[in-house]
Amino acid sequence: MIEGAIWRKWVFFYVPMALFLLFLLFPFYWMVITSVRPDGELYRPWNSINYNPFWTWKPTWDHVRYLFEETLFASWLWNTTFIALASTAISLVCGVFAGYALSRLNFPFAGSLGSAIFITYLVPQTLLFIPLAEIIRNYRLGDTPWSLILTYPTFLIPFCTWLMMGYFKAVPRELEECARIDGASRWQAMLYIVIPVAIPGILSAGIFAFTLSWNEFIYALVFLSSPAQKTVSVGVTSELIRGDVFYWGPLMAGALLGSIPVAIAYSFFVEHYVAGLTGSVKG
Amino acid sequence: MGQVVLKGINKFYESVHAVKDVNLQIRDKEFVVFVGPSGCGKTTTLRMIAGLEAISSGDISIDGNVINALAPMDRDIAMVFQNYALYPHMSVYDNMAFGLKMRKFERPEIEKRVREAADILGIGELLKRKPRQLSGGQRQRVALGRAIVRHPRVFLFDEPLSNLDAKLRVQMRVELKKLHLRLGTTAIYVTHDQVEAMTLGDRVVVMKEGVVQQVGEPLELYNQPANKFVAGFIGSPAMNFAAVTVTEADGSLIAENSGLRIKLPDEIAQRLRGHIGREVILGVRPEDLTVVGSADLDHPCFDAVIEVVEQLGSEILLDMKVGESIMVASVEPTARVRVADKLRVAMRRSRLHVFDAQTEAAI
Repeated sequence: MIEGAIWRKWVFFYVPMALFLLFLLFPFYWMVITSVRPDGELYRPWNSINYNPFWTWKPTWDHVRYLFEETLFASWLWNTTFIALASTAISLVCGVFAGYALSRLNFPFAGSLGSAIFITYLVPQTLLFIPLAEIIRNYRLGDTPWSLILTYPTFLIPFCTWLMMGYFKAVPRELEECARIDGASRWQAMLYIVIPVAIPGILSAGIFAFTLSWNEFIYALVFLSSPAQKTVSVGVTSELIRGDVFYWGPLMAGALLGSIPVAIAYSFFVEHYVAGLTGSVKG
Repeated sequence: MGQVVLKGINKFYESVHAVKDVNLQIRDKEFVVFVGPSGCGKTTTLRMIAGLEAISSGDISIDGNVINALAPMDRDIAMVFQNYALYPHMSVYDNMAFGLKMRKFERPEIEKRVREAADILGIGELLKRKPRQLSGGQRQRVALGRAIVRHPRVFLFDEPLSNLDAKLRVQMRVELKKLHLRLGTTAIYVTHDQVEAMTLGDRVVVMKEGVVQQVGEPLELYNQPANKFVAGFIGSPAMNFAAVTVTEADGSLIAENSGLRIKLPDEIAQRLRGHIGREVILGVRPEDLTVVGSADLDHPCFDAVIEVVEQLGSEILLDMKVGESIMVASVEPTARVRVADKLRVAMRRSRLHVFDAQTEAAI
């Protein structure tokens, strides 16, 4: 920053920054304000005299209460948590081992196998759900959490594998070689040295995988049908929009409560997560 | 015991022949240094001994047992890496204890050995720290400690000092030497630094392009280099070379090129009888050149013009133009010399080297 030119700092830094923040945070603000606003204010026509869309003087918990008392929101939350955690765990285990193998073991076609795994990640879910629906039906898994726990890894495993491949490549090879000379088998060297060193990478892969499965919509919409089995993203949109009537208050309250766990996951792991992205392994 | 024998070792990477037919016997308690420019196969050879790299052909044995097929963990060796390879998530103590834990040593024995090694290396205070809280020299010591606690038959060092700054490197070099004298474990050391090789090695193996050029004690390499490469690689500043033609006049042999015409001393002339009329390469070290006032009858002399004067304090390096080529002389710091001075320079007659122009082997 050029010294003595304070106005530059404002024009080129603070003002654009503030606009950017405003732009990013406004949807959240809208979500919050809508979810605490009484129905009478929400459905007031825009040209009425006391129309005031950005603020309310009568905040209410009605929508949240409605969500928990009149809908199955609590079970949706539980379903989503269970499904996201289980599919993340499966994908992490597979991704860590696959990533290690692809980056460290020199076996024939390792390179092309890596690319093949990446290509499966590029197949759009909007196409993949058609054959997957067939499989889910054949195994009679429809309308159970397992339909999602077993299908989410189709995109989570390639994702985790690639993230971990990159991370393992950044772990100096000598660490492992030294461990193997020190008396560890390949398996022990991986378990005691490489994986502990790669924890930041594993955490970032886990957070990403968790977020992806938490927010997933299409598979959940297709494979689950009874209200009690639904996840938050599908439950909120399918049960709170009836016909062409939008229950804005509960809808926004549901969206808000649904995004809180993800926000917590991010902020809780943010230190590790950032370290994982910037790769902080040095000898 | 720690006797290592390499017999006909080869390494191929697809089409690249990285190590070519290396034969070497390393005696128990010996400190052997592999030295050479990067890509000469020295590290590959070390990694084959460690078991980190498969051997394409040949046998490696330790104390008479062929270890080609053994996993690194079963070879009873310890290795120190260039980047130290300290386990970043473990404390210094755990780093040093890891190898013993893996080998299922009893806890008191581990404790004892780690303390012992830490005392030898002077890192007793640091045992609870993590590697990232250590300086480069301390990390180096921990890496050494990790190797020492195992009491292996052979130590392998892969350029362990090259990540340290110059001053620390000299200091650690001395400590390594002391450590070897104290422990007496066979050591194989890889470096590209000829000073390290000369100061540390009981014997030095010079490699180039996968081929062993010469094996010998440091002074042997310095005084009797087997070929032009070894002559140029060992010693700093490097040996001067001049391509000369050998002719005969009045019963004695003359070596000459565009800027040089010297009478070869008898001991060299005898060896060059077969090369009359042919080109050979004359080699002389900067420290074997002296500035003389007038013609010195005892030693071969030539005329030179100073191009650059490099003051090093303990000596002066003169870059001199001799005919078409440049030669470097190392002279007394008291010498009064200036750029563009014309000098008469003498070569110490007993310190002349000659090499075949084609094969570059010493004659």
